Amino acid sequence: MRTQAVWAGRIFKGVWPPIIFGVGFLALWQWFVEVRDIKPFVLPKPSAIFDQLRLQHDTILTAARITGENALVGLALGLVVGVTAALLASRVRALDDMLTPLAAGMAAIPIVALTPIFNTMFASTSSTPRRLVVAIYVFFPIFVNTLRGLRQIDPVHAELMRSYAASPWTTTKVVRLPGALPFFFTGLKIASSGAVIAAIVSEYFGGLQKGLGPAITSAAAASAYPRAWAIVTAAIGLGLVFYIAAVLAERLAMPWQRPQGELS
Amino acid sequence: MVTAAAVALEGVGKRFGEGPAAVQAVTGIDLTVAAGEFASLIGPSGCGKSTLLRIVANLIEPSEGSVLVNGKPASRARLDQDYGIAFQSAGLLEWRTVQGNVELPLGLHGVGKAQRREQALELLDLMGLADFASHRPSQLSGGMQQRVAIARALARRPALLLMDEPFGALDEMTRERMQSELIRICAETGAAVVFVTHSIPEAVFLSQRVVVMSPRPGRITEIIDVPLGARDEDVREAETFFATITDVREALRGRSPVAEEGPA
Repeated sequence: MRTQAVWAGRIFKGVWPPIIFGVGFLALWQWFVEVRDIKPFVLPKPSAIFDQLRLQHDTILTAARITGENALVGLALGLVVGVTAALLASRVRALDDMLTPLAAGMAAIPIVALTPIFNTMFASTSSTPRRLVVAIYVFFPIFVNTLRGLRQIDPVHAELMRSYAASPWTTTKVVRLPGALPFFFTGLKIASSGAVIAAIVSEYFGGLQKGLGPAITSAAAASAYPRAWAIVTAAIGLGLVFYIAAVLAERLAMPWQRPQGELS
Repeated sequence: MVTAAAVALEGVGKRFGEGPAAVQAVTGIDLTVAAGEFASLIGPSGCGKSTLLRIVANLIEPSEGSVLVNGKPASRARLDQDYGIAFQSAGLLEWRTVQGNVELPLGLHGVGKAQRREQALELLDLMGLADFASHRPSQLSGGMQQRVAIARALARRPALLLMDEPFGALDEMTRERMQSELIRICAETGAAVVFVTHSIPEAVFLSQRVVVMSPRPGRITEIIDVPLGARDEDVREAETFFATITDVREALRGRSPVAEEGPA
Protein backbone atom coordinates (compact mmCIF):
# COMPACT_ATOMS: atom_id res chain seq x y z
CA MET A 1 0.00 0.00 0.00
CA ARG A 2 2.63 2.41 1.13
CA THR A 3 4.94 1.56 -1.75
CA GLN A 4 2.05 2.01 -4.14
CA ALA A 5 1.43 5.46 -2.76
CA VAL A 6 5.13 6.25 -3.14
CA TRP A 7 5.05 4.97 -6.71
CA ALA A 8 1.99 6.99 -7.57
CA GLY A 9 3.67 10.01 -6.04
CA ARG A 10 6.76 9.47 -8.16
CA ILE A 11 4.74 9.03 -11.37
CA PHE A 12 2.83 12.15 -10.51
CA LYS A 13 6.04 14.04 -9.92
CA GLY A 14 7.71 12.68 -13.04
CA VAL A 15 4.84 13.09 -15.49
CA TRP A 16 3.24 16.39 -14.54
CA PRO A 17 6.03 18.91 -15.04
CA PRO A 18 6.46 18.15 -18.77
CA ILE A 19 2.69 18.05 -19.30
CA ILE A 20 2.15 21.36 -17.54
CA PHE A 21 5.05 22.86 -19.44
CA GLY A 22 3.80 21.46 -22.78
CA VAL A 23 0.22 22.65 -22.33
CA GLY A 24 1.42 26.05 -21.13
CA PHE A 25 3.75 26.35 -24.09
CA LEU A 26 0.99 25.46 -26.59
CA ALA A 27 -1.42 27.92 -24.96
CA LEU A 28 1.17 30.65 -25.17
CA TRP A 29 1.84 29.78 -28.82
CA GLN A 30 -1.89 29.88 -29.65
CA TRP A 31 -2.32 33.20 -27.88
CA PHE A 32 0.75 34.72 -29.53
CA VAL A 33 -0.33 33.72 -33.07
CA GLU A 34 -3.88 35.03 -32.51
CA VAL A 35 -2.91 38.31 -30.88
CA ARG A 36 -0.17 39.15 -33.38
CA ASP A 37 -2.26 37.82 -36.29
CA ILE A 38 0.64 35.78 -37.64
CA LYS A 39 0.08 34.17 -41.06
CA PRO A 40 -0.16 30.33 -41.20
CA PHE A 41 2.80 30.04 -43.59
CA VAL A 42 4.98 31.67 -40.96
CA LEU A 43 3.58 29.90 -37.94
CA PRO A 44 0.25 28.09 -37.83
CA LYS A 45 -1.85 27.89 -34.68
CA PRO A 46 -1.51 24.71 -32.59
CA SER A 47 -5.29 24.27 -32.88
CA ALA A 48 -4.99 24.25 -36.70
CA ILE A 49 -2.22 21.68 -36.51
CA PHE A 50 -4.34 19.44 -34.29
CA ASP A 51 -7.31 19.84 -36.63
CA GLN A 52 -5.11 18.58 -39.46
CA LEU A 53 -3.85 15.70 -37.37
CA ARG A 54 -7.46 14.68 -36.83
CA LEU A 55 -8.66 15.25 -40.39
CA GLN A 56 -5.64 13.73 -42.15
CA HIS A 57 -5.37 10.97 -39.60
CA ASP A 58 -5.42 8.09 -42.16
CA THR A 59 -2.97 9.62 -44.64
CA ILE A 60 -0.52 10.58 -41.92
CA LEU A 61 -0.70 7.16 -40.33
CA THR A 62 -0.03 5.43 -43.66
CA ALA A 63 2.98 7.69 -44.29
CA ALA A 64 4.27 7.10 -40.76
CA ARG A 65 3.90 3.35 -41.21
CA ILE A 66 6.04 3.41 -44.37
CA THR A 67 8.74 5.53 -42.79
CA GLY A 68 8.55 3.50 -39.59
CA GLU A 69 9.04 0.27 -41.49
CA ASN A 70 12.12 1.61 -43.25
CA ALA A 71 13.53 2.82 -39.93
CA LEU A 72 12.79 -0.52 -38.27
CA VAL A 73 14.35 -2.68 -40.98
CA GLY A 74 17.40 -0.40 -41.18
CA LEU A 75 17.72 -0.37 -37.40
CA ALA A 76 17.57 -4.16 -37.23
CA LEU A 77 20.19 -4.49 -39.95
CA GLY A 78 22.54 -1.95 -38.37
CA LEU A 79 22.00 -3.62 -35.01
CA VAL A 80 22.96 -7.09 -36.21
CA VAL A 81 26.01 -5.83 -38.11
CA GLY A 82 27.07 -3.47 -35.29
CA VAL A 83 26.83 -6.08 -32.53
CA THR A 84 28.56 -8.74 -34.65
CA ALA A 85 31.38 -6.35 -35.52
CA ALA A 86 31.76 -5.36 -31.86
CA LEU A 87 31.90 -9.02 -30.80
CA LEU A 88 34.56 -9.77 -33.38
CA ALA A 89 36.57 -6.66 -32.58
CA SER A 90 36.50 -7.45 -28.85
CA ARG A 91 37.85 -10.94 -29.47
CA VAL A 92 40.32 -10.49 -32.34
CA ARG A 93 42.94 -7.77 -32.03
CA ALA A 94 43.64 -7.51 -35.77
CA LEU A 95 39.93 -7.05 -36.50
CA ASP A 96 39.74 -4.36 -33.86
CA ASP A 97 42.54 -2.41 -35.56
CA MET A 98 40.68 -2.78 -38.84
CA LEU A 99 37.09 -2.20 -37.75
CA THR A 100 37.41 0.74 -35.37
CA PRO A 101 38.83 3.23 -37.93
CA LEU A 102 36.34 1.87 -40.44
CA ALA A 103 33.49 2.50 -38.02
CA ALA A 104 34.72 6.05 -37.41
CA GLY A 105 34.79 6.51 -41.16
CA MET A 106 31.25 5.26 -41.43
CA ALA A 107 30.14 7.71 -38.78
CA ALA A 108 31.58 10.50 -40.92
CA ILE A 109 29.66 9.45 -44.04
CA PRO A 110 27.25 12.24 -44.97
CA ILE A 111 24.16 10.07 -45.30
CA VAL A 112 22.43 12.88 -47.14
CA ALA A 113 24.98 12.58 -49.95
CA LEU A 114 24.74 8.81 -49.93
CA THR A 115 21.03 8.61 -50.62
CA PRO A 116 21.05 9.71 -54.31
CA ILE A 117 23.89 7.24 -54.94
CA PHE A 118 21.94 4.39 -53.40
CA ASN A 119 18.89 5.49 -55.36
CA THR A 120 20.78 4.95 -58.61
CA MET A 121 22.31 1.72 -57.37
CA PHE A 122 18.92 0.21 -56.63
CA ALA A 123 15.67 0.64 -58.48
CA SER A 124 14.15 3.98 -57.54
CA THR A 125 10.93 2.18 -56.64
CA SER A 126 12.72 0.23 -53.94
CA SER A 127 12.83 1.05 -50.23
CA THR A 128 16.26 -0.58 -49.94
CA PRO A 129 18.30 2.66 -50.33
CA ARG A 130 16.48 4.24 -47.38
CA ARG A 131 16.88 1.16 -45.22
CA LEU A 132 20.60 1.05 -46.01
CA VAL A 133 21.00 4.69 -45.05
CA VAL A 134 19.33 3.97 -41.70
CA ALA A 135 21.53 0.89 -41.18
CA ILE A 136 24.70 2.91 -41.82
CA TYR A 137 23.56 5.63 -39.48
CA VAL A 138 22.67 3.13 -36.74
CA PHE A 139 25.85 1.06 -37.03
CA PHE A 140 28.21 3.51 -35.33
CA PRO A 141 26.49 4.19 -31.99
CA ILE A 142 25.70 0.48 -31.64
CA PHE A 143 29.22 -0.66 -32.53
CA VAL A 144 31.09 1.84 -30.37
CA ASN A 145 28.93 1.41 -27.28
CA THR A 146 28.72 -2.37 -27.46
CA LEU A 147 32.47 -2.67 -27.99
CA ARG A 148 33.13 -0.46 -25.02
CA GLY A 149 30.83 -2.61 -22.89
CA LEU A 150 32.50 -5.80 -24.04
CA ARG A 151 35.95 -4.40 -23.27
CA GLN A 152 35.33 -3.32 -19.73
CA ILE A 153 35.21 -6.17 -17.27
CA ASP A 154 35.20 -6.03 -13.49
CA PRO A 155 38.75 -7.07 -12.46
CA VAL A 156 37.25 -9.40 -9.84
CA HIS A 157 35.20 -11.13 -12.53
CA ALA A 158 38.29 -11.45 -14.71
CA GLU A 159 40.28 -13.08 -11.91
CA LEU A 160 37.35 -15.28 -11.00
CA MET A 161 36.97 -16.56 -14.55
CA ARG A 162 40.70 -17.19 -14.74
CA SER A 163 40.55 -19.12 -11.47
CA TYR A 164 37.80 -21.23 -13.09
CA ALA A 165 40.15 -21.85 -16.03
CA ALA A 166 37.36 -20.56 -18.27
CA SER A 167 38.11 -20.11 -21.97
CA PRO A 168 38.00 -16.57 -23.44
CA TRP A 169 34.79 -17.44 -25.26
CA THR A 170 33.16 -18.73 -22.06
CA THR A 171 34.22 -15.52 -20.30
CA THR A 172 32.62 -13.51 -23.11
CA LYS A 173 29.41 -15.47 -22.87
CA VAL A 174 29.12 -15.57 -19.10
CA VAL A 175 30.54 -12.20 -18.05
CA ARG A 176 31.26 -9.84 -20.92
CA LEU A 177 28.02 -10.10 -22.86
CA PRO A 178 25.66 -9.56 -19.92
CA GLY A 179 28.02 -6.86 -18.62
CA ALA A 180 27.90 -5.10 -22.00
CA LEU A 181 24.08 -4.88 -22.03
CA PRO A 182 23.84 -1.45 -20.35
CA PHE A 183 26.30 -0.05 -22.91
CA PHE A 184 24.50 -1.73 -25.80
CA PHE A 185 21.21 -0.20 -24.72
CA THR A 186 22.79 3.24 -24.44
CA GLY A 187 23.76 2.80 -28.08
CA LEU A 188 20.32 1.49 -28.98
CA LYS A 189 18.57 4.45 -27.37
CA ILE A 190 20.69 6.87 -29.40
CA ALA A 191 20.21 4.79 -32.55
CA SER A 192 16.44 4.29 -32.17
CA SER A 193 15.24 7.86 -32.57
CA GLY A 194 18.15 8.56 -34.92
CA ALA A 195 16.92 5.75 -37.17
CA VAL A 196 13.62 7.58 -37.68
CA ILE A 197 15.40 10.85 -38.49
CA ALA A 198 17.69 9.07 -40.96
CA ALA A 199 14.70 7.36 -42.58
CA ILE A 200 12.90 10.70 -43.07
CA VAL A 201 15.98 12.53 -44.33
CA SER A 202 16.65 9.78 -46.87
CA GLU A 203 13.15 10.28 -48.28
CA TYR A 204 14.04 13.75 -49.49
CA PHE A 205 16.42 12.64 -52.20
CA GLY A 206 14.32 11.08 -54.90
CA GLY A 207 12.99 7.60 -55.09
CA LEU A 208 9.56 6.60 -53.89
CA GLN A 209 7.15 9.42 -53.13
CA LYS A 210 5.89 7.72 -50.00
CA GLY A 211 6.50 8.24 -46.32
CA LEU A 212 6.56 11.23 -43.98
CA GLY A 213 9.27 13.17 -45.84
CA PRO A 214 7.46 13.45 -49.20
CA ALA A 215 4.19 14.10 -47.32
CA ILE A 216 5.75 17.13 -45.62
CA THR A 217 7.16 18.39 -48.95
CA SER A 218 3.90 18.03 -50.82
CA ALA A 219 1.89 19.66 -48.01
CA ALA A 220 4.27 22.61 -47.98
CA ALA A 221 4.20 22.80 -51.78
CA ALA A 222 0.39 22.94 -51.63
CA SER A 223 0.63 25.75 -49.06
CA ALA A 224 -1.08 23.45 -46.56
CA TYR A 225 1.17 24.60 -43.73
CA PRO A 226 -0.87 23.32 -40.79
CA ARG A 227 -0.85 19.90 -42.53
CA ALA A 228 2.93 20.05 -42.95
CA TRP A 229 3.25 20.84 -39.26
CA ALA A 230 0.87 18.02 -38.40
CA ILE A 231 3.08 15.57 -40.29
CA VAL A 232 6.18 16.91 -38.50
CA THR A 233 4.34 16.27 -35.24
CA ALA A 234 3.67 12.71 -36.39
CA ALA A 235 7.38 12.32 -37.21
CA ILE A 236 8.28 13.40 -33.67
CA GLY A 237 5.74 10.90 -32.38
CA LEU A 238 7.28 8.13 -34.47
CA GLY A 239 10.76 8.93 -33.11
CA LEU A 240 9.38 8.80 -29.58
CA VAL A 241 7.72 5.44 -30.23
CA PHE A 242 11.10 4.05 -31.29
CA TYR A 243 12.85 5.54 -28.29
CA ILE A 244 10.25 4.29 -25.82
CA ALA A 245 10.42 0.83 -27.40
CA ALA A 246 14.19 0.86 -26.83
CA VAL A 247 13.71 1.91 -23.19
CA LEU A 248 11.13 -0.85 -22.65
CA ALA A 249 13.43 -3.42 -24.27
CA GLU A 250 16.17 -2.32 -21.90
CA ARG A 251 13.90 -2.82 -18.91
CA LEU A 252 12.85 -6.24 -20.12
CA ALA A 253 16.37 -7.39 -20.93
CA MET A 254 17.88 -6.25 -17.64
CA PRO A 255 15.37 -6.83 -14.87
CA TRP A 256 18.23 -6.81 -12.35
CA GLN A 257 18.99 -3.21 -13.25
CA ARG A 258 15.54 -1.95 -12.38
CA PRO A 259 16.20 0.30 -9.43
CA GLN A 260 14.16 -0.79 -6.45
CA GLY A 261 11.06 1.33 -6.22
CA GLU A 262 12.51 4.00 -8.39
CA LEU A 263 11.05 5.35 -11.58
CA SER A 264 13.39 6.31 -14.39
CA MET B 1 49.90 -42.39 0.80
CA VAL B 2 50.86 -39.25 2.64
CA THR B 3 48.48 -36.39 2.09
CA ALA B 4 50.17 -33.61 0.15
CA ALA B 5 50.40 -30.21 1.76
CA ALA B 6 47.65 -27.84 0.63
CA VAL B 7 50.25 -25.26 -0.31
CA ALA B 8 54.03 -25.62 -0.59
CA LEU B 9 56.06 -22.56 -1.59
CA GLU B 10 59.82 -22.68 -2.03
CA GLY B 11 61.98 -19.68 -2.79
CA VAL B 12 59.08 -17.88 -4.43
CA GLY B 13 59.71 -14.36 -5.70
CA LYS B 14 57.87 -11.99 -8.01
CA ARG B 15 59.16 -8.95 -9.87
CA PHE B 16 56.83 -6.64 -11.73
CA GLY B 17 58.33 -4.82 -14.69
CA GLU B 18 61.85 -5.04 -16.03
CA GLY B 19 65.21 -3.31 -15.73
CA PRO B 20 65.78 -0.53 -13.20
CA ALA B 21 62.03 0.20 -12.99
CA ALA B 22 61.30 -3.34 -11.82
CA VAL B 23 59.55 -3.70 -8.47
CA GLN B 24 60.30 -6.69 -6.30
CA ALA B 25 56.84 -7.50 -4.94
CA VAL B 26 57.81 -10.57 -2.93
CA THR B 27 61.05 -12.41 -2.42
CA GLY B 28 62.38 -15.61 -0.84
CA ILE B 29 59.03 -16.97 0.26
CA ASP B 30 59.14 -20.41 1.87
CA LEU B 31 55.82 -21.51 3.29
CA THR B 32 53.95 -24.76 3.77
CA VAL B 33 50.28 -24.92 4.66
CA ALA B 34 49.16 -28.37 5.76
CA ALA B 35 45.94 -29.96 4.56
CA GLY B 36 43.07 -28.62 6.63
CA GLU B 37 45.21 -25.91 8.22
CA PHE B 38 44.05 -22.29 8.56
CA ALA B 39 46.89 -19.84 7.88
CA SER B 40 46.63 -16.05 7.68
CA LEU B 41 48.91 -13.71 5.80
CA ILE B 42 49.15 -10.38 7.57
CA GLY B 43 51.21 -7.29 6.92
CA PRO B 44 51.03 -3.63 5.96
CA SER B 45 49.99 -2.48 2.50
CA GLY B 46 52.56 -3.32 -0.12
CA CYS B 47 53.97 -6.35 1.70
CA GLY B 48 52.87 -8.55 -1.18
CA LYS B 49 50.34 -10.67 0.70
CA SER B 50 47.73 -10.36 -2.06
CA THR B 51 50.40 -11.01 -4.70
CA LEU B 52 51.41 -14.15 -2.83
CA LEU B 53 47.80 -15.34 -2.70
CA ARG B 54 47.45 -14.76 -6.44
CA ILE B 55 50.64 -16.72 -7.07
CA VAL B 56 49.15 -19.65 -5.15
CA ALA B 57 45.96 -19.26 -7.19
CA ASN B 58 48.02 -19.18 -10.40
CA LEU B 59 46.46 -15.85 -11.32
CA ILE B 60 50.04 -14.50 -11.39
CA GLU B 61 53.12 -16.43 -12.48
CA PRO B 62 56.02 -16.20 -10.00
CA SER B 63 59.36 -14.91 -11.32
CA GLU B 64 61.18 -17.63 -9.42
CA GLY B 65 60.65 -20.50 -7.03
CA SER B 66 58.28 -23.44 -7.00
CA VAL B 67 54.58 -23.43 -6.12
CA LEU B 68 52.78 -26.66 -5.32
CA VAL B 69 49.08 -26.79 -4.54
CA ASN B 70 47.77 -30.15 -3.35
CA GLY B 71 51.12 -31.56 -4.48
CA LYS B 72 50.62 -30.34 -8.07
CA PRO B 73 52.08 -27.37 -9.92
CA ALA B 74 49.86 -24.33 -9.35
CA SER B 75 48.70 -24.16 -12.98
CA ARG B 76 47.59 -27.82 -12.89
CA ALA B 77 45.77 -27.18 -9.60
CA ARG B 78 43.94 -24.25 -11.17
CA LEU B 79 42.91 -26.30 -14.19
CA ASP B 80 41.75 -29.08 -11.85
CA GLN B 81 39.79 -26.57 -9.75
CA ASP B 82 41.60 -27.64 -6.60
CA TYR B 83 40.93 -24.37 -4.83
CA GLY B 84 38.09 -21.93 -4.32
CA ILE B 85 38.75 -18.22 -4.10
CA ALA B 86 36.99 -15.20 -2.58
CA PHE B 87 37.99 -11.56 -2.83
CA GLN B 88 37.37 -8.41 -0.82
CA SER B 89 34.67 -7.45 -3.27
CA ALA B 90 32.10 -10.22 -3.55
CA GLY B 91 32.20 -9.94 -7.34
CA LEU B 92 28.81 -11.54 -7.86
CA LEU B 93 27.26 -11.50 -11.31
CA GLU B 94 24.44 -9.03 -10.74
CA TRP B 95 22.34 -10.49 -13.56
CA ARG B 96 22.23 -13.90 -11.92
CA THR B 97 20.23 -14.89 -8.88
CA VAL B 98 22.03 -15.84 -5.68
CA GLN B 99 21.60 -19.50 -6.58
CA GLY B 100 22.79 -18.84 -10.15
CA ASN B 101 25.95 -17.26 -8.76
CA VAL B 102 26.74 -20.25 -6.57
CA GLU B 103 26.05 -22.54 -9.53
CA LEU B 104 28.48 -20.62 -11.77
CA PRO B 105 31.64 -22.67 -11.13
CA LEU B 106 29.59 -25.88 -11.28
CA GLY B 107 27.99 -24.96 -14.59
CA LEU B 108 31.34 -24.02 -16.12
CA HIS B 109 32.61 -27.49 -15.39
CA GLY B 110 29.72 -29.47 -16.73
CA VAL B 111 27.83 -30.39 -13.58
CA GLY B 112 24.26 -31.33 -14.55
CA LYS B 113 21.39 -28.99 -13.84
CA ALA B 114 19.69 -31.02 -11.13
CA GLN B 115 22.92 -31.67 -9.27
CA ARG B 116 23.97 -28.04 -9.63
CA ARG B 117 20.76 -26.93 -8.04
CA GLU B 118 20.98 -29.43 -5.23
CA GLN B 119 24.59 -28.52 -4.42
CA ALA B 120 23.96 -24.79 -4.59
CA LEU B 121 20.97 -25.00 -2.29
CA GLU B 122 22.93 -27.15 0.14
CA LEU B 123 25.73 -24.57 0.24
CA LEU B 124 23.31 -21.69 0.64
CA ASP B 125 21.76 -23.58 3.52
CA LEU B 126 25.23 -23.98 5.04
CA MET B 127 25.74 -20.22 4.72
CA GLY B 128 22.32 -19.47 6.21
CA LEU B 129 21.03 -18.06 2.93
CA ALA B 130 18.46 -20.73 2.06
CA ASP B 131 15.66 -18.16 1.90
CA PHE B 132 17.52 -15.94 -0.54
CA ALA B 133 18.27 -18.39 -3.36
CA SER B 134 16.12 -16.56 -5.89
CA HIS B 135 17.08 -13.03 -4.82
CA ARG B 136 19.30 -10.79 -6.90
CA PRO B 137 22.69 -9.85 -5.41
CA SER B 138 21.67 -6.18 -5.34
CA GLN B 139 18.89 -7.06 -2.91
CA LEU B 140 21.37 -8.38 -0.34
CA SER B 141 23.49 -6.59 2.25
CA GLY B 142 27.28 -6.53 1.89
CA GLY B 143 27.71 -9.31 4.44
CA MET B 144 25.18 -11.51 2.70
CA GLN B 145 26.80 -10.90 -0.68
CA GLN B 146 30.13 -11.94 0.79
CA ARG B 147 28.53 -15.12 2.14
CA VAL B 148 27.25 -15.88 -1.36
CA ALA B 149 30.79 -15.36 -2.66
CA ILE B 150 32.10 -17.82 -0.06
CA ALA B 151 29.40 -20.34 -0.96
CA ARG B 152 30.50 -19.96 -4.58
CA ALA B 153 34.13 -20.53 -3.58
CA LEU B 154 33.08 -23.71 -1.78
CA ALA B 155 30.92 -24.96 -4.64
CA ARG B 156 33.51 -27.36 -6.04
CA ARG B 157 34.24 -28.69 -2.54
CA PRO B 158 37.86 -27.57 -2.79
CA ALA B 159 40.53 -28.83 -0.41
CA LEU B 160 41.91 -25.29 -0.34
CA LEU B 161 40.17 -21.98 0.14
CA LEU B 162 42.00 -18.78 -0.82
CA MET B 163 40.59 -15.58 0.65
CA ASP B 164 41.79 -12.06 -0.02
CA GLU B 165 40.47 -9.80 2.73
CA PRO B 166 36.97 -11.19 2.26
CA PHE B 167 35.60 -9.35 5.30
CA GLY B 168 37.56 -6.15 4.73
CA ALA B 169 34.55 -4.13 3.62
CA LEU B 170 32.20 -5.30 6.37
CA ASP B 171 31.30 -3.60 9.62
CA GLU B 172 32.82 -4.95 12.83
CA MET B 173 29.70 -6.81 14.05
CA THR B 174 29.09 -8.53 10.71
CA ARG B 175 32.76 -9.24 10.48
CA GLU B 176 32.92 -11.13 13.77
CA ARG B 177 29.84 -13.14 12.88
CA MET B 178 31.33 -14.03 9.51
CA GLN B 179 34.56 -15.11 11.18
CA SER B 180 32.71 -17.52 13.45
CA GLU B 181 30.78 -18.86 10.48
CA LEU B 182 33.97 -19.36 8.52
CA ILE B 183 35.46 -21.38 11.40
CA ARG B 184 32.33 -23.54 11.46
CA ILE B 185 32.35 -24.06 7.70
CA CYS B 186 36.02 -24.97 7.65
CA ALA B 187 35.38 -27.53 10.35
CA GLU B 188 32.51 -28.98 8.30
CA THR B 189 34.34 -29.06 4.97
CA GLY B 190 37.85 -29.78 6.22
CA ALA B 191 39.29 -27.27 3.74
CA ALA B 192 42.66 -25.63 4.29
CA VAL B 193 42.53 -21.84 4.14
CA VAL B 194 45.03 -19.18 3.17
CA PHE B 195 43.52 -15.97 4.44
CA VAL B 196 44.87 -12.51 3.63
CA THR B 197 43.95 -9.81 6.12
CA HIS B 198 45.27 -6.65 7.71
CA SER B 199 43.30 -7.10 10.90
CA ILE B 200 45.37 -8.59 13.71
CA PRO B 201 42.42 -9.87 15.85
CA GLU B 202 40.89 -11.43 12.75
CA ALA B 203 44.11 -13.25 11.88
CA VAL B 204 44.56 -14.50 15.46
CA PHE B 205 40.96 -15.55 15.91
CA LEU B 206 40.80 -17.53 12.69
CA SER B 207 44.23 -19.06 12.26
CA GLN B 208 46.35 -21.87 13.52
CA ARG B 209 49.35 -19.93 12.22
CA VAL B 210 49.77 -16.25 11.44
CA VAL B 211 52.31 -15.46 8.74
CA VAL B 212 53.70 -11.97 9.35
CA MET B 213 55.02 -10.15 6.30
CA SER B 214 56.88 -6.88 5.79
CA PRO B 215 57.19 -4.69 2.72
CA ARG B 216 59.94 -3.51 0.34
CA PRO B 217 60.53 -6.17 -0.74
CA GLY B 218 57.62 -8.31 0.47
CA ARG B 219 58.89 -11.17 2.61
CA ILE B 220 57.94 -13.34 5.54
CA THR B 221 59.46 -12.02 8.76
CA GLU B 222 57.90 -14.39 11.24
CA ILE B 223 55.40 -17.23 11.52
CA ILE B 224 53.48 -17.24 14.79
CA ASP B 225 51.63 -20.28 16.12
CA VAL B 226 48.32 -19.44 17.72
CA PRO B 227 47.98 -21.46 20.92
CA LEU B 228 44.20 -21.40 21.03
CA GLY B 229 41.92 -24.43 21.06
CA ALA B 230 38.42 -24.64 19.68
CA ARG B 231 37.27 -21.21 18.54
CA ASP B 232 34.08 -19.94 20.06
CA GLU B 233 32.98 -16.48 21.14
CA ASP B 234 34.72 -16.96 24.53
CA VAL B 235 38.04 -17.08 22.75
CA ARG B 236 37.65 -13.39 21.93
CA GLU B 237 37.82 -12.67 25.67
CA ALA B 238 40.60 -15.13 26.48
CA GLU B 239 43.95 -14.02 27.85
CA THR B 240 45.87 -16.10 25.29
CA PHE B 241 43.93 -14.38 22.51
CA PHE B 242 45.09 -10.94 23.62
CA ALA B 243 48.61 -12.18 24.32
CA THR B 244 48.85 -13.56 20.79
CA ILE B 245 47.50 -10.30 19.37
CA THR B 246 50.26 -8.46 21.19
CA ASP B 247 52.77 -10.94 19.86
CA VAL B 248 51.63 -10.46 16.26
CA ARG B 249 51.55 -6.69 16.68
CA GLU B 250 55.14 -6.67 17.89
CA ALA B 251 56.17 -8.91 15.05
CA LEU B 252 54.54 -6.49 12.61
CA ARG B 253 56.36 -3.52 14.13
CA GLY B 254 59.65 -5.32 13.96
CA ARG B 255 60.65 -6.61 17.36
CA SER B 256 62.96 -4.67 19.60
CA PRO B 257 65.60 -6.98 21.16
CA VAL B 258 63.99 -6.72 24.63
CA ALA B 259 60.57 -7.90 23.47
CA GLU B 260 62.07 -10.89 21.72
CA GLU B 261 60.51 -13.56 23.93
CA GLY B 262 56.87 -13.97 23.02
CA PRO B 263 54.13 -15.07 25.40
CA ALA B 264 53.94 -18.78 25.87
